[in-house]
Amino acid sequence: MTVQSDRETPLLTIRPSKGWVSLKLGELWRFRELLYFLVWRDIKVRYKQTVIGAAWAIIQPFTTMVIFSIFFGQLAGIPSDGVPYPIFSYAALVPWTFFATGLANASNSLVGSAHLIKKIYFPRLVIPLSAVLSNVMDFCLAFGVLVLMMLAYGIVPTVNVVFLPLFLLLAFSTALGAGLWLSAMNVQFRDVRYVVPFLTQAWLFITPIAYPSSLIQNETLRALYGLNPMAGVVEGFRWALLGTQRAFDATILVSALASVFLLVSGAFYFRRMERTFADVV
Amino acid sequence: MGDLALRVDGLGKQYRIGKREAAYRTFRDALADAFSAPFRRVAGLLRGNAAAAADLSETIWALRDVSFEVKKGEVVGIIGRNGAGKSTLLKILASITEPSEGEVQLYGRVGALLEVGTGFHFELTGRENIYLNGAILGMSRAEIKRKFDEIVAFAEVEKFIDTPIKHYSSGMVLRLGFAVAAHLEPEILIVDEVLAVGDAAFQRKCLGKMNEVAGEGRTVLFVSHDMAAVRKLCTRAVLFEQGKQVLFGEVDEVIDSYLKAQSNASSVIELPAGDPESPAYGTRIEFRDSAGQLRSEFRIGEQWQVVLHFNVRRAVKHLIAAVGLMLLDSLPLATYWSLPQDLTAGQYSATFQIDFPFKNVYLQFAVGISVLERPVYYCAGIGQVRILDVAKDEQPFRSTGGILNTPQTTRIREVSYALDG
Ligand SMILES: Nc1ncnc2c1ncn2[C@@H]1O[C@H](COP(=O)(O)OP(=O)(O)O)[C@@H](O)[C@H]1O
Ligand SMILES: [Mg+2]
Repeated sequence: MTVQSDRETPLLTIRPSKGWVSLKLGELWRFRELLYFLVWRDIKVRYKQTVIGAAWAIIQPFTTMVIFSIFFGQLAGIPSDGVPYPIFSYAALVPWTFFATGLANASNSLVGSAHLIKKIYFPRLVIPLSAVLSNVMDFCLAFGVLVLMMLAYGIVPTVNVVFLPLFLLLAFSTALGAGLWLSAMNVQFRDVRYVVPFLTQAWLFITPIAYPSSLIQNETLRALYGLNPMAGVVEGFRWALLGTQRAFDATILVSALASVFLLVSGAFYFRRMERTFADVV
Repeated sequence: MGDLALRVDGLGKQYRIGKREAAYRTFRDALADAFSAPFRRVAGLLRGNAAAAADLSETIWALRDVSFEVKKGEVVGIIGRNGAGKSTLLKILASITEPSEGEVQLYGRVGALLEVGTGFHFELTGRENIYLNGAILGMSRAEIKRKFDEIVAFAEVEKFIDTPIKHYSSGMVLRLGFAVAAHLEPEILIVDEVLAVGDAAFQRKCLGKMNEVAGEGRTVLFVSHDMAAVRKLCTRAVLFEQGKQVLFGEVDEVIDSYLKAQSNASSVIELPAGDPESPAYGTRIEFRDSAGQLRSEFRIGEQWQVVLHFNVRRAVKHLIAAVGLMLLDSLPLATYWSLPQDLTAGQYSATFQIDFPFKNVYLQFAVGISVLERPVYYCAGIGQVRILDVAKDEQPFRSTGGILNTPQTTRIREVSYALDG
């Protein structure tokens, strides 16, 4: 009875998987509409629920900028690569806020979508991906304020501004890469949730937001500093927009490599852990 | 050739259940563990072995040695008690979770409905939720757009389609959820117990739709506790018991076997002894079918018995034994009495013939014994018997379905006293 049907090859064979598995990017692509809808849902709900929804995207980096300007720029007199300190720090806080919020959202995304994971099949990568993507809207709003500030300060961006999307992409891939690691771990160990704010805070201090990376004179050390991908992102933003002297140098290149490494390793780790998500989450 | 829809071969699923080691035996153990655990955990975490990482070791097989084949266009019922592994099987078929052993071959696109309205967001409108839910279930935007009016009409929410669903009644949300899922067009449809929720009208509507889908020649796997629905929709059925596939065959045969297997411990209930001074007290009650088999599920229209065993401590006059039937929330439905009788000390049993006219209900019982019109023993809220909406070999018993319509035929037919032993 089974001899006949053996001739047809099954559309799908399900069996236990072992070890590292492929990323199945093709499948991810087929589910792009789901990604679109999840991002759309997040944005819609966020802006629907609160009046402050849209404003929040601006208030957060802006107040931080004001505080930094008063305490680091004025009182501590930290140098700012020849641009006014407020715009120096705000140009860094915009991509940083995008990164930090994206990372926080991505880390909690799987646990927050437990009801979906337990009941429906789709590539799980969609979840952290949409969590980071839905912050692009907030980024745009905060970026709008940055443009206004540049107008107010009379700063004209250099031609390097064409590279800006690349730095945004770098921030995106860093947030997603770290988010993939943390979200997958968070499914197994719920205490990861408490680590994330601490991690973000520490990361903020090792990123040249309140201070310029030009404080580091040694070329080798500066390259090593790029191992923090956000250092490259932040310096890249300033370089492209404000024309700071920190040219396209080793920091940025090392950062790009580090970010790609974080993303790829995160994706493979995530896929490997994925088989347990529906059972444990 | 190629008439197979799916093949399941030696399938098994092992779950780890979170039971930590007992308390540390010594402080030294605790210390040693504190030092070694982080490394073990990190290693486990990187290997993808979460349980080892979390130091959880107990496992259970939710499903084991499951093998069957389903042909294209077949409608197969999956039955079994709670925890038998039905949902686990469906989750594996739907790729939601991975099997631990064995394999499944699927010869068509699978659509799974394990829950109604998964992914609904209560802040979004009905319209928005249709698109969101559709996308989650794997429909394309174009497909949803095309079926949109049909979905809205099926859900009967035309007027509220642009209202956030937090303002919907729960029935409306359910209808909307089912409407979206019902318009999926997979080659293999798998449906978990989604009909258990919702009112009778909703269930009728869903069953109608399922019937339609089955009629279109699509392959359907259908989990339900509603044996009437399974019998009506399915040609074949699989019976699971504690993760094992017990039977796979014609639907009638499998349902019968399932009902027979229901004769379990809960068909015999030991009663508390009560007041030590009272002249008589109940010891246990049993539920039996007309053939005398112990069971706790009966079909509507079937004759069954409640047997009350009791002890008489000293000779009594005018003893009456009684059994009351009530719904689970203790709403009393009927009381059955024995004729008064004078008894000497000993063990007795009273058998009450029951012919109960409601379907799809769970019954609970109260037992009472009185001597000379004075109650001497009473115990309520015991037992649990299910009346199924299934009749066999005869016309289904027509139920009027309301308490006030209790037909007068439900009266005691026979009470026999027998000296046990
Ligand atoms: N995620 C899980 N983790 C651990 N045990 C589980 C999990 N899901 C189900 N189980 C166990 O597996 C068994 C089968 O469950 P299930 O397939 O849901 O049964 P059914 O659907 O037939 O009621 C049960 O004992 C249940 O407790
Ligand atoms: Mg179930």
